[in-house]
Amino acid sequence: MRGAPRTFTIFVGLYLVFLYAPVLLLPIFAFNDSAIIAFPLRGFTLDWFIGLASETTLIVSVQNSLLVAIVAAVLSTCLGVLASRASARFDYPGKKPIMSFLMLPLVLPEIIVGVSLLIVLVQLGVSLNVWTVILGHVLICMPFSIAILLSAFNNMDRNLEEASLDLGANRRETFFKIILPLVMPGIISSLLISFTISLDEFIIAFFLTGTDTTLPVYIWSQLRFPSKLPGVMALGFIMLILSLILLTAGEYFRKKSARLASTETTLNKDADHG
Amino acid sequence: MAKSTESPMVEINAVSKSFGDVRAVDGVDAVIREGEFFSLLGPSGCGKTTLLRLISGFEHPDDGHIVIAGQNMDQVEPNHRPTNLVFQSYAIFPHLNVEENVAYGLKRNGVSKDEIAEQVNEMLTLVDLSGYNKRPAYALSGGQRQRVALARALIMKPKVLLLDEPLSALDRKLREQMQIELRGLQRTVGITFILVTHDQEEALTMSDRIAVMFDGNIAQLATPQELYSRPKTRRIASFIGVMNFVEGTLRKVTAKTLEVEAGPFGKVTMAPDQMPAPLEPGAVTVGIRPEMLTVLFSAKEKAEIEVTGVITNTAYFGDMTYYSVQIDGIDEDVTVSMRNTAGRRVLAVGEETRIGLGRESLIILS
Amino acid sequence: MALWFNKESRSGLKLVSAPFGFSLLLLAVPLSLMVLLSFWTQDYLTLDRTLTLNNYREIGSHPVYALLMKRSVIISLMVTTITVALAFPMAYYISFYGGKRKALWLFLITIPFWTSYLLRIFMWKIILGYNGVLNSTLQGLSFIDEPLTFILYNSNAVVIALAHAWAPFAILPIFVALEKIDRSLLEAAHDLGDGPVRRFFRITLPLAAPGIIASALIIFIPTVGDYITPKMVGGTDGLMIANMIQVQFSKANNAPLGAALAVTSMVMVGLIALGFVFLNRRWLRRQA
Repeated sequence: MRGAPRTFTIFVGLYLVFLYAPVLLLPIFAFNDSAIIAFPLRGFTLDWFIGLASETTLIVSVQNSLLVAIVAAVLSTCLGVLASRASARFDYPGKKPIMSFLMLPLVLPEIIVGVSLLIVLVQLGVSLNVWTVILGHVLICMPFSIAILLSAFNNMDRNLEEASLDLGANRRETFFKIILPLVMPGIISSLLISFTISLDEFIIAFFLTGTDTTLPVYIWSQLRFPSKLPGVMALGFIMLILSLILLTAGEYFRKKSARLASTETTLNKDADHG
Repeated sequence: MAKSTESPMVEINAVSKSFGDVRAVDGVDAVIREGEFFSLLGPSGCGKTTLLRLISGFEHPDDGHIVIAGQNMDQVEPNHRPTNLVFQSYAIFPHLNVEENVAYGLKRNGVSKDEIAEQVNEMLTLVDLSGYNKRPAYALSGGQRQRVALARALIMKPKVLLLDEPLSALDRKLREQMQIELRGLQRTVGITFILVTHDQEEALTMSDRIAVMFDGNIAQLATPQELYSRPKTRRIASFIGVMNFVEGTLRKVTAKTLEVEAGPFGKVTMAPDQMPAPLEPGAVTVGIRPEMLTVLFSAKEKAEIEVTGVITNTAYFGDMTYYSVQIDGIDEDVTVSMRNTAGRRVLAVGEETRIGLGRESLIILS
Repeated sequence: MALWFNKESRSGLKLVSAPFGFSLLLLAVPLSLMVLLSFWTQDYLTLDRTLTLNNYREIGSHPVYALLMKRSVIISLMVTTITVALAFPMAYYISFYGGKRKALWLFLITIPFWTSYLLRIFMWKIILGYNGVLNSTLQGLSFIDEPLTFILYNSNAVVIALAHAWAPFAILPIFVALEKIDRSLLEAAHDLGDGPVRRFFRITLPLAAPGIIASALIIFIPTVGDYITPKMVGGTDGLMIANMIQVQFSKANNAPLGAALAVTSMVMVGLIALGFVFLNRRWLRRQA
């Protein structure tokens, strides 16, 4: 392939500037020695990062968010494993509509999910707290878990499972010794993605959280106070770095999963079924 | 040579299996004997793989029963059957190395570590993979995968080893080598092997007996020689090797002879064994293999039955030449194969020639 | 019917029953209840459970609702168009000129999106504001004398912020579609006499269409219901339907009306999305 035309390269450059503009400003103002978010810059400081440590509401909301994200990720992945395994391995009546229904939150505006859950919870008289947020987050994370896990389960040659049974293992042993190790990279990847989505989710948390603030709800409340902004910038920068570390880890496991699967699928296996 | 005995190992009694509207296996009866190398041969979709999966227990028959080593298998799951399967894709566990793959089935039975190691090494030697113990699965070639799959199944000491198109993923040269090795291996271990294949050459060279399957039924179950020289139907005859067909009429059937009107070959009297499937007098197909027809190069050469024809095509294969010959009274051109011996010339297209044959080389087919 | 009773169906249903039950309970039931609620009415804190179309009449009779919905759809369509139009060349560049570094390029594209969504939107307020980064830069460079005001607290700002926020959801599907195009097809078109432009419109674009459609739907449907962006950078002229729904559920204390608004906008979005898919099917069929 020849190189791209000059104008094309310029466009790509400008587009990248557009994509990076907000995120590049984060560290700039996070390290800037001024309480006002504006140019010109004043000088380097770590005060905003240090100041975060004494924000007790922040620490509580981080704890809440971590609890929500971890529980939501685990539940969403467990449910995702069940749905993906069912879909990849078995034919059952109504499979297509059921799977489409499970994927529905992917195309529903989050406000609809949040509002409709709120209605039910209010009608039932359930008090709002982190656990109601978790329910909503599991709902929106599940489609992502299913998408990731379905490809992990589909990549697994069904013959491997049959080979294990054929060699005398029962279903339980086969699940723990063959299936689980082979889809483990997918499971880890699903946990990471769900965790990240839940950690950043605002709308549903905003509707369902009651008095327990999560991190995005905390950030939302801080954005109203100009004096809090540099600290929020510092917080955003920390989140970016942590997310990138998680993302890199997730990518590593996804690649590993792809490699494991590809060693089997390269061989032809057009089954001669009747 | 093969330690095949007459005692039955696998009995398939009136077994049927449908998938939706498709009747994959349709009332099959067969007995596979202890120690024999048995092949299920047929085109794709004939039900051979389904039959194999019924024997291994991954499918359950809708009707009928399968008995292995005298035990009814109706309620027996795959993990409790005395059978082991070599999968078409080999199904080598990608997260385990060679040794762990081979030892997979042993680990549960409370066998000691030393015992397992010893058996694994023994098996790896048997399949010519000694020293590969720690090799990871993804680093194995196609041929090595197949050997691991064999070792992994054989270490279970199954009464029956099932092989699902085990050679189809290999390239031609490796495949031919593995055919010989597999046959040798079966003789060494003396276990009943059931091979599923669509490759008639593979079935002919390896098997003690072959079941040819079409449309969920066994069309013929016989030894390779019998199958080749005495196919029961036109379809079997053309599936296994090449066969020329002539429309004819069966005139008279007696205990000692058959009288047939065989188109341009005229009225022929045959022995009863030249009609593998008993037929009533009437319209029949008469078949003859290309190598049973001879080009009569000179007037001095004579044959029992002679016809004349015109060469319409020649295909030169080095050791052999295949001629297409148009003969009056036969719809399709007849194929004749001739060995290219010293001094024998190759006929040109358009030449007229005499073709000779012996009446004992004809077969009556339905 | 035999299907219901075989072992395979039973195993599949048993496995899927937990996630399905969960979604039934927490998605189907709430959505149905929301629809039901939209036919009820509320007076301060007392809920009147008699079925009525009053909420929908209310929506029909007050032009503010129609205005908000129209604006939401228009903003969303603009966001979709702009995002896809900008993303396509980017995806094309990565796919055709990315060489061996495609994975790195994709990583580069997604990095800006791994921080808080709220903050990403908020940063646009800082960039586009009266004393914001953009204005001070342009003034510093003497391109403008007065700060630009048409870029914050209106629908333009909403469009810019959303076009940014949804960029990866357009780039990735289009990239995947472009990657799937067999390069020998392009060589064949070239060999058969097409120049680069004709080849692009006759081969590349039609074959990339599924990716474009997918990304358009992925962006259009959720952005119609976006709440944060209009709230933060939209001012009063940039408010959208989700903001109104939220108001009904909180300050206005009129959940039934909020539910009716949610149902109406869902139906509207659903119809537009269906129409979009239908038109594209027809277009694709004509192409084939």
